[in-house]
Amino acid sequence: MKEKKELAVAALRNGTVIDHIPSHALFKAVELLNLARCDKGITIGNNLESSKLGRKGIIKVADTDFPEEVISRIAIIAPTAVINVIRDYEVVEKRPVTLPDEVVGIVVCNNPKCLTRHEPMPSRFHVTSREPLTLTCHYCEHAVTGQEINVG
Amino acid sequence: MANTSIVSINDLTKAEILDLLDLASYFEKHTNSKILDGRVVATLFFEPSTRTRLSFETAASRLGARVIGFSDPSATSTSKGETLKDTIKMVSNYADVIVMRHYLEGAARYASEVTDVPIINAGDGAHQHPSQTMLDLYSIFKTQGRLDDITVTMVGDLKYGRTVHSLLMALSHFRVKFNFVACDELRMPKEFRDFCDANGIEYKESKDFSPEIINESDIIYMTRVQRERFTDLLEYERVKDLYNLNAAMLENSKPTVKVLHPLPRVGEISQDVDDSPKAYYFQQAKNGLYARQALICRVLGIDPRKDNND
Repeated sequence: MKEKKELAVAALRNGTVIDHIPSHALFKAVELLNLARCDKGITIGNNLESSKLGRKGIIKVADTDFPEEVISRIAIIAPTAVINVIRDYEVVEKRPVTLPDEVVGIVVCNNPKCLTRHEPMPSRFHVTSREPLTLTCHYCEHAVTGQEINVG
Repeated sequence: MANTSIVSINDLTKAEILDLLDLASYFEKHTNSKILDGRVVATLFFEPSTRTRLSFETAASRLGARVIGFSDPSATSTSKGETLKDTIKMVSNYADVIVMRHYLEGAARYASEVTDVPIINAGDGAHQHPSQTMLDLYSIFKTQGRLDDITVTMVGDLKYGRTVHSLLMALSHFRVKFNFVACDELRMPKEFRDFCDANGIEYKESKDFSPEIINESDIIYMTRVQRERFTDLLEYERVKDLYNLNAAMLENSKPTVKVLHPLPRVGEISQDVDDSPKAYYFQQAKNGLYARQALICRVLGIDPRKDNND
């Protein structure tokens, strides 16, 4: 059993491991991190056993450090995700993703009469509550909470 | 881009609101002041609104500014698919201030971010209409001589009426007691009741437009109950006349009470109120001229009171 697990999560020499991504959010996270344009080694696992989440997704990217503003993009869909920075096979830094105060270009405003739904422009939301997660549109000021939050 | 745009009444501090009211009262005495000679004011109405447009254009003209713009977007490049950003950028080359009305919510905020030319929001969908709020405030201030220690009764459609929401937010800077008179379907939304609770603002809710409520009011702010707001048309038929005001109902009201209405009215204020000294809705619309003159000067950073002390 232990052997199989190690195979699924192959070691990384240098780079970043994003662990504890909820399974349903894994591919959205891949998209938000813009990995389609990344030319480094990428390992993506999903529906792996997790004691915390039941099932989880994991993303490993070799020789890459993600800037905080890129990592924070996934906080909306994967608030449980944990970032591991790897140097020479060792985890040198481990931190949870943090939700920024402002979320730009990720969430679609639920108000059909909001300008952002009609104009070619990024959406922009202020995080007005963290528990429960509530975002307020910078433009039309409509607020969305929890499950109503629409990520593209 | 930081500029002096006025997009939402909520962007203004109490001191700024009071200063704008003082400036409006200056313009009531000096309506024809050619202090904007050589300036160009653009009025961009992506959605028709004759009343608001005429008021802004008169305000600009009486200050000596030239007015450019459009009142019907079908005659512009918007109908060819031009983005709002491009239209605003283009007009910014010509105008010193842009007054805009748009059918989409958030349009004025975005416009203020893509240009250095100050924007005045003349209404963005159901969102904000700060010049209406300023003229409401000015009407209350002028008729009562104060904004503190007054009782304001809001009647009719308190759910969808953006004018009552904005007025409530603006008056939250002052010591005002509110009565919210509406049926269940058009009740003041929870977010505004919560706001009142959180800020210690006293309010009573009532389904009954009763003599007690009328007689304790300093301001009665009437709104139109619109048929299309109801999911249940039987409910509409039942309540549509409950929130109408006639002259007899004002019999024992305070002598200083004023009846306001953002207009257009339909049946909610009967014609017999028009001749009462308590009716104020036509003067209220006229006050819009002074309030808008104040807004235009304020975004341009022009203060005529500095040179003229009377």
